[in-house]
Amino acid sequence: MRDFDYEMATTLEEALVLMSMHEPDIRPMAGGTDLIDHVRNGHLSPERLIDVKRIRELNVLELDDEGLHLGAAVPCYKIHGHAEIVSRYSALADSCHIIGGIQIQSRASVGGNICNSGPAADATPSVIALDGVCVIAAPQFDREVASADFCTGPGQNVLEPDELLVEIRFPPQPPHSGSHYRRFIPRNEMDIAVVGVGASVQLDESGQTFLAARIALGAVGPTPLLASEAAELLVGQPVNDETLSLAAEAARRVASPITDMRGTAEYRTHLVGVLTQRVLRHAVARARGEAIEYQPGH
Amino acid sequence: MAKERVVTTTINGKEVEFQCQSRQTLLESLRDQLGLTGTKEGCSNGNCGACTVIMNGRPVVSCLVLAMEASYAELRTIEGIGSEAGLDELQQCFLEGAALQCGVCTPGFIVQADALLKENPDPTEEEIRFYLAGNLCRCTGYDKIVRAVQAAAQARKVSK
Repeated sequence: MRDFDYEMATTLEEALVLMSMHEPDIRPMAGGTDLIDHVRNGHLSPERLIDVKRIRELNVLELDDEGLHLGAAVPCYKIHGHAEIVSRYSALADSCHIIGGIQIQSRASVGGNICNSGPAADATPSVIALDGVCVIAAPQFDREVASADFCTGPGQNVLEPDELLVEIRFPPQPPHSGSHYRRFIPRNEMDIAVVGVGASVQLDESGQTFLAARIALGAVGPTPLLASEAAELLVGQPVNDETLSLAAEAARRVASPITDMRGTAEYRTHLVGVLTQRVLRHAVARARGEAIEYQPGH
Repeated sequence: MAKERVVTTTINGKEVEFQCQSRQTLLESLRDQLGLTGTKEGCSNGNCGACTVIMNGRPVVSCLVLAMEASYAELRTIEGIGSEAGLDELQQCFLEGAALQCGVCTPGFIVQADALLKENPDPTEEEIRFYLAGNLCRCTGYDKIVRAVQAAAQARKVSK
């Protein structure tokens, strides 16, 4: 592998100092499951890697009145193994359960998934659907960026070279709400999404009408996409096949996929419609407190 | 900013020291510095699971871990699965069930299956297949591997 320096930061302050040294291409590393591969294959050639996964603030995993605080370096297995996250932020747990295999989930983090900014990232649509906010630290001043605005292109995002994603904060989930993420891949596991869809819904007390919804699409554009119109169409509407198919149609209009080895643009657009309906049905079932028949990968 | 460092770590219960460069992976150090060649290199990009080891209680692919990250870690490799007294149930069941042909994937499968059985001593076939999805075998077609893990789960229950 190409030569580079490796430094372990143990505090946030230390990491920010290291990040602000104006060397060409300093990169923070959490689980390293994408980064080490990218360095090895020459896709990235950093001068120095700053290991940030021991920093306390990046390992926070807490539910309180403000919602969920998810440290940027928390590995996937801790997320899908957390009972409260599974029940209240289900889409996030769904994503973390199917990123890579079990070995990858031991190290890969949601923060890393977002910062790599791959168009087909499995966690990002769930973070957007659950209205996550990216909390970013910098030597001068900290800032917050809505997850839907974080990625700006394939491998590109809003972070400046001296900034570090510290945590993703999710608002509390209202009553009668539910969420789900699923992707389509030709295998059952261990593959990159041809299309991924994450959605969260809030229903009225009877469980028959949508009060609010958020839908996000993966692998059908240069970044994960928020399908605002599709979600807005649902508000105030009854939960039925017609409503769901209208939302699916609106989601298809947002998709602007490319044709590549994983699928043609037409195929991906079609999948957006199919997956949007399936994901909404499962999110609705969870909002109603019903058990859903879902095996990861199927 | 050292590019070369001495790392102290615990492997299979023994504290060891080795020298490594920042660009070296744990897989490279295990095989080249420490002579623990039971851990295999398959794809070197995290897809095949042949280099699976246990790091601080969790299975990881050692080709995607930097050697320096192993500083003061607790590691377990395929060499730590059996004992002086003989083979572990998993190794015995892979052998008896002919759950291998060329053998390159086998150490990774056994380490990963051991992690599965510690977490879930009585897994269903579906659970075994899901847990082993990060391990690729290009020879056997997986059925014998799954049956070997099922047999080992039974054997461990009996031996307890």
